[in-house]
Parts: sequence; structure tokens; C-alpha cells
Amino acid sequence: MADLWSGAIWPVLLITLQILAIVLPLLLAVAYLTYAERKVIGAMQLRQGPMTVGPYGLLQPLADGLKLFLKETVVPTGANRIVFVLAPMVTFILALIGWAVIPFGDGLVLADINVGILYLFAISSLGVYGIIMAGWASNSRYAFLGALRSSAQMVSYEIAIGLIIVNVLITAGSLNLSDIVRAQGEHGWYMIWHFPMFMIFIVSILAETNRHPFDMPEDESSLVTGYNVEYSAMTFALFFLGEYANMILMSAIATILFLGGWLAPFDIFPLNLVPGPIWFILKICLMLFVFIWARATLPRYRYDQLMRLGWKVLLPFSLVWVVVTSGFLVAFDLLPK
Amino acid sequence: MLALDRVARTMLWQELVTGFVLTFKYMFKRKVTLNYPYEKGPLSPRFRGEHALRRYPNGEERCIACKLCEAICPAQAITIESEPRADGTRRTTRYDIDMTKCIYCGFCEEACPVDAIVEGPNYEFAAETREELFYNKEKLLANGERWEREIAANLAADAPYR
Repeated sequence: MADLWSGAIWPVLLITLQILAIVLPLLLAVAYLTYAERKVIGAMQLRQGPMTVGPYGLLQPLADGLKLFLKETVVPTGANRIVFVLAPMVTFILALIGWAVIPFGDGLVLADINVGILYLFAISSLGVYGIIMAGWASNSRYAFLGALRSSAQMVSYEIAIGLIIVNVLITAGSLNLSDIVRAQGEHGWYMIWHFPMFMIFIVSILAETNRHPFDMPEDESSLVTGYNVEYSAMTFALFFLGEYANMILMSAIATILFLGGWLAPFDIFPLNLVPGPIWFILKICLMLFVFIWARATLPRYRYDQLMRLGWKVLLPFSLVWVVVTSGFLVAFDLLPK
Repeated sequence: MLALDRVARTMLWQELVTGFVLTFKYMFKRKVTLNYPYEKGPLSPRFRGEHALRRYPNGEERCIACKLCEAICPAQAITIESEPRADGTRRTTRYDIDMTKCIYCGFCEEACPVDAIVEGPNYEFAAETREELFYNKEKLLANGERWEREIAANLAADAPYR
């Protein structure tokens, strides 16, 4: 009996609790990210944003969630029921499982695997499937066009992201996310050494998460709302949560790769007293602010411009940067051992 | 040199940076929107809102059933029927305004020789059914009693300009 407890039940229980400790705050963060987005964009447009539900509208996300929860899920007659219902689940689950390898602090990570960055890259690539499935299963022109745009866009920008990650990898000498952060503790943040790559990475993650100014898949003016036109209630909410969870995940990746993860900006007295996870969360918030800020500032790209930017500008530039970085590292014998 | 300048501006994202700085500055500006049900904007004394029938200070109703308002109403929203009262004065027996027809032009209050029908400062009279918006004399007089203070103040404030 004691064997069963210590051998099977306790580890399973422990891992479940750890997962819950990540997922529940994450979902809360997603809810309040929508609130923050509405407030920040409101402020930038000289509006007040939500103000009615609770003090300063603070309970607005809960009201929205409740509304979506209580509404009826409509499945269109022509839709493929199974794939239609499966698609939002895929999107949502993929947005959550990426968090397994994210280090919140030194050693504070659910799965400290040595191919962490590769895993994240794979997960974010899989995200296309949810959208393609949704677009196809809806049996609607708008949804299908949205899904096509979205998948083309995500695949294109993933290549640029891949090359940017290569830059970080050859500088850090590891695929392990915790090691990448530690390497930045020694070398200084990669945001400094790879500043152009950092900027391109921001552009790419905007495209990768289908956010403004690259939100072609959800182009209201030409596609109504893209791949999720036919979705309602909880199925829609899952897409919505998935999109915002993906934003947070991408911000976390940017933080780890370029902004020194859980490290304090300077290793000096008052700053290094603040625990690592706090720094990590602050940096994620900064990145998310950039997401929202971009939405409030920039108009939507045209689709061919988006593709041109991805393939003809960002991709060649990051390729050149890979050559420059590796050349520099080899020439000065700085390659990580 | 000009071409170099342009290339440099593009490469350094000059226009993007300008735009982002602008939106960031706007974030800290004063909000122009009002938190409506709790905050309301100022109203002119000439504001034309919900109608009301007024009374004289001694309680006698002002309306003498001259039907000028009914005649001038471009939307034909007003219906009046009248009869001499026991004391020999002419009074309305029926004074209906169809608020769903009314276009709030204010002609009725302009036409009224005794300042009986007025458009008050109230604009929050939305209803859930059409029937609630078919106002009768009783409702209009009740409005007059409810808003008399504001209406009298507005009329006094606007009087010098007439």
C-alpha cells in the first residue's frame, strides 16, 4: 500500500498539483490580459475602457467569461461536428502545454528538458492545426479563407523565428531554456547582442499569434472574423483563450531568449533582492504591453505585404545575421564549449 | 544622399517609432469619454428632450386647447380634443403625443402662446414597449410636475435671447 502511494499515487498527485499551479494563474492572466488590452487601447484612444462591472470594471473578464459559458454552442448544419468541436480544444490545449518547459525561476520549471526550445517551436507550429481544422470543419467560405491565410502566415513566420532562435542557440550553446537564461547571466542579455533579431522576433511573434498589425486571419473588414466565424459560446471562448494564452507564451519565450528570463536587469543591491519569478512576470507584462501597444498604433497589413515582409525581408536578414554571428563567434574563438 | 537618408529611416523604423511614441503619449492624456450612467455632460437650456405640460403656480393648467402645436407638428405626433369646462373656459379633454413619431424639433413649444407644452431636459425615458411611449395628458402633466423646477430655470435662462 505504501509502495503504491509513494510509487504511483503521490508522483501523479504532485505533478497534477504542479500543472494546476501553472495553469490556473495562467487562465486568470489570460482573463485579465483581455481586460488590460481593453483598458490600454481605451486609454490610447482617450476612452475609459470597461468601467461598469466592479470597481474600474475589474470584474469585466469574469462577466464576459460567464456570458460565454452560459450561451448555447451552435454547430452549423453543414459542419463536420467532430472536427468542429475538436478544433478549439486543440488550439487551447496547445496553448497550455507549451508552458511545461518554461522556467519561471532558477530551477522553477515543470519539465527541465534539454530540447526545451525545440519543444516550444514544435508546439507553436502545431497551433496551425487548430485553425486549419476550424476553418475546414466550419464549411464556410470566410472561415476557410481565414484558416488558409492564418496557416500560410504562421508557416512563413515560423521560418524567420527558427533562424532567430538559431542565433540565440549558437550564442548560448544550449537548447535548454534554463541554460539559455543562465548564459545570458554571463554574457549579458541577448537583447543587447542580438538587438535587430529581438526586433524581428517581436514582429514575427505578432504574426505568429495572429495579432495586429498581422491579424489577417481575423480581418473583420474582409473576412467578418476569419476562421472562428461559425463558433459561439464555449467553443469560441476556447479559441479566444488559446489566442491570448499563446500571446503570453510567446512573450515568455521572448523574455527567455532575449530579456534574460528570471534575471534582474542589473545584479546590484535592491534589484537582486526581488525574486526571479517576479522579474520574469514583469518582463512578460512588458512584452504583452508591446503586443497591445502595437494593436493600438498600427493599421492592418495587406496580405501580400505581409508575405513579402516575411519572406523577402525578415528571412534573409535573419539568415545574414546567423552568418555574421557564427562568423564573429568563430573568429574570436567565443563559441560556447 | 537623399536615398541614403530614406534607407536609413526605413531601416531604423523611423515612422513606426514616431507612431508608437504618439500613442504612448496619448495614453496619459485626459480621457474625453464620460462614464455615462454615473457622469453626464452639460445640457443647454434650449435642449429639447421629453415633453411636459406645465401648470400655473396656482395649479391651473396652462393649456387652452388652441391646437397650434397640433397644427405645426411636422410629424403629426400630437392629437388634441377639447371641450368647454364647467366654468366656461376651453380646456383639453385629450392631449396625446406619440413619442415614437416625435422628431424633437421643438416647434410645439415655439408655437405655444402660453408656454404650456415644453420640451424638458430629460432624455432618459427609454421604454421596453411601444405603448409606454404613447403619452397622454395625464403623463404629460405628471412630467410637468416632475420637471417644473428645471423647465422654469431653463426658460428663464433662455428668455434674454428670445
